[in-house]
Amino acid sequence: MSAVLIMAGGAAVSPLVFQLAIFVMAIFVGYYVVWSVTPALHTPLMAVTNAISSVIIVGAVIALGAADASGFSKFLAFLGVTLASVNIFGGFIITRRMLHMFKKKD
Amino acid sequence: MENFAALIYVISSVLFILALRGLSHPETARQGLNFGIAGMALAIFTTLLLPNVGGYFWIVIAIALGGGIGTVIANKIEMTALPQLMAAFHSLVGLSAVFVAAAAFHNPESFGIGTQDDIHLVSLIEMSIGLAIGAITFTGSLIAWGKLQGTISGKPVTFGGQHALNAALGVLLILLIIILCAGESAVIFWMIALLALSLGVLMIIPIGGADMPVIVSMLNSYSGWAAAGIGFTLHNNLLIITGALVGASGAILS
Repeated sequence: MSAVLIMAGGAAVSPLVFQLAIFVMAIFVGYYVVWSVTPALHTPLMAVTNAISSVIIVGAVIALGAADASGFSKFLAFLGVTLASVNIFGGFIITRRMLHMFKKKD
Repeated sequence: MENFAALIYVISSVLFILALRGLSHPETARQGLNFGIAGMALAIFTTLLLPNVGGYFWIVIAIALGGGIGTVIANKIEMTALPQLMAAFHSLVGLSAVFVAAAAFHNPESFGIGTQDDIHLVSLIEMSIGLAIGAITFTGSLIAWGKLQGTISGKPVTFGGQHALNAALGVLLILLIIILCAGESAVIFWMIALLALSLGVLMIIPIGGADMPVIVSMLNSYSGWAAAGIGFTLHNNLLIITGALVGASGAILS
């Protein structure tokens, strides 16, 4: 993380560079965090990552909640929030059901 | 408030990392799931509190509608149908990314990425990437769903010049993105969407039903990259981090 701090000390660094730095580090975190996953947990882990990737709902909510947005833009955002919500609720519930099955087997 | 929200988003990101970590081991799996739910709830509530977010009526309707549908599907589905359900869910993330990219294109002011017909160049590039990956994830996952469900034949669909066609369409996609950056035409924007949607179909149809589980994992990874692409467009670190986490972990799972 120290690299980011040093960059923050510089004056004219583009926000894109910061974002790229965060992006690259998060890739490494994601890679190493699930590196040692138990094979039996592959499917629940995928269900949870699927639910989490619906965090895109944040963008859709901002677009839907914008005061000055056109009707068309709001309509698209409404669909975005709805679809992401299906995924969030569905993904977390199905993960819970899967984990429940594991418990029964043990 | 924006700084406060950004800090809360960091907490959400950490909760997502803990969720993935928890789900990697049987003893901590349930705890991991709870971390994930907490992270998502925190992210959504924080977003609602942003000063530029108002008009809760439609937001609540959309979340209730989608949440209701998701709850019913997840509770009713037979556990044997899990692979196709996963594919269907991935397609939703992809389509959602397409909608957010389109909403940002048609109303750039709400994300501070420029004004109508004068969107920042970098934002246009990021938006196109999010749009294209989202669209490919959407139709690719739909085809994977169809093959797993048996709606379409699981047999690989191949034809002469398939690779050449895909390569040509890929080049065309990049050309269209360059044209979009030059002119910001809405027609070009939707042509990119259409082209990426067809690419998603063409990429998955040559793959046989037996290989679909690997493809579903790959599409999971794609849905993460799409979210990250949208995160770059909207200057939202939470989306960038989460997208990268999902993209990288999905690549391992496949």
